[in-house]
Amino acid sequence: MTWAPGRITEAWTETPGTRSLVIDIPHWPGHIAGQHVDVRLTAEDGYTAVRSYSIASSSTSKRLEITVDKLADGEVSPYLVDVAEVGDMVEIRGPAGGWFIWRQHAGARAGDGENMRPVQLIGGGSGIVPLMSMIRSHGDAHSAAPFRLLYSVRTPERALFRDELVRRAAEDAPLEVTWNFSRATPAGWPTPPERLDREHVMASVFAPAERAAVYVCGSTPFVETVANWLVDAGYDAADIKTERFGGVVPA
Amino acid sequence: MGLFSSGFSGRRRPDTPGLPPGQYLTESFPVLSAGPTPRVTHEEWQFTIETEDGLQHRWSWDELMALPIADVTTDIHCVTSWSKFGTGWRGVSLDTLFDGIETSAGFTMAYSYGGYTTNVPLADLMGGKAWVAFEFDGKPLEPEHGGPARLLVPHLYFWKSAKWVRGIRMMENDEPGFWEQNGYHMYGDPWREQRYW
Repeated sequence: MTWAPGRITEAWTETPGTRSLVIDIPHWPGHIAGQHVDVRLTAEDGYTAVRSYSIASSSTSKRLEITVDKLADGEVSPYLVDVAEVGDMVEIRGPAGGWFIWRQHAGARAGDGENMRPVQLIGGGSGIVPLMSMIRSHGDAHSAAPFRLLYSVRTPERALFRDELVRRAAEDAPLEVTWNFSRATPAGWPTPPERLDREHVMASVFAPAERAAVYVCGSTPFVETVANWLVDAGYDAADIKTERFGGVVPA
Repeated sequence: MGLFSSGFSGRRRPDTPGLPPGQYLTESFPVLSAGPTPRVTHEEWQFTIETEDGLQHRWSWDELMALPIADVTTDIHCVTSWSKFGTGWRGVSLDTLFDGIETSAGFTMAYSYGGYTTNVPLADLMGGKAWVAFEFDGKPLEPEHGGPARLLVPHLYFWKSAKWVRGIRMMENDEPGFWEQNGYHMYGDPWREQRYW
């Protein structure tokens, strides 16, 4: 896998501190929902820095869109969120990752029949990004597979893709979205803010007997905790895929 | 050299000795796993080396603890681009575990509680290059980091250092393990940036 030049063609702020960027790459092969790319920046003197970012866009869209959360002590994310402008060049390696992925078809090709297995997505904070690619791919492809998302965020202002998730949950019949607000809720929300707990998770997800394919993405403590609850509740560990975000503090 | 990224200056620490290409230094210890963390007690823990003729050599936790234990200080390099210098481990050398085992196979598959696998050539496990490690930073290895015990093969990208390791199977031919089937390199040398296929 080699590096390809990419031009930033669109960029917009999602929430304070997060930004989505569309990157145009000649001969981009497309991606599978859940995959990531490596982004390489090069300074004037040749110094380079590389980080991985989940792809946010639908796999049907054939476009590469990443959503970047600015880490306070980060090296690449502050540049992508605050500095980079439309027209700037970065380098891209990917798409990569063959595990934390969802395909609309049971096999690798379009003729292989629909993948009707229920899908349970559980995201914490910016861990929503690869799950959003799955939701967008599912909706844009009019997949009939039952999809559920449980999304836990601190406040409504920090929720990524909130309007789009509300719209997709209304338009995409097989998609159900459940929210957990841990610090502040939207106005008129029926329950007060609370930390995500075992009861809320178990009340929101498919029953273990449904054998849903489970994808959990968020910070390491979030993923550890939620995955352990699911296993305790009778989920087969082999049905649970995890991806952990952030927490890498450069020396 | 890559493309100029307008306005990017970076942290300005090029040429850190000991840092493989494309890596950056961290002092934290990030966790990367593909699924839930298996919970394995010392009582149920076993480690097995299985040779190509089907012979199994097995150690219980107490038997492992009775073997010579090595203190290891080493740099580690994760394929997701972080490196950590001078990490401290205690464990049993694979040289000790393979002492007296007859094999002519050149490849191994390490396998773990929870189903993880990763392939490593036998030569990369021998000669003071690999351990079954059970302590990190002076404390028992935490489950998130692979406890009770993990493989430690620090000269390769860290996904080769199988967490929750429970055995090694000898193979005549090289075969891909879990991440190797899911896009990562068969060998994984950080100095040659062997990240992906």
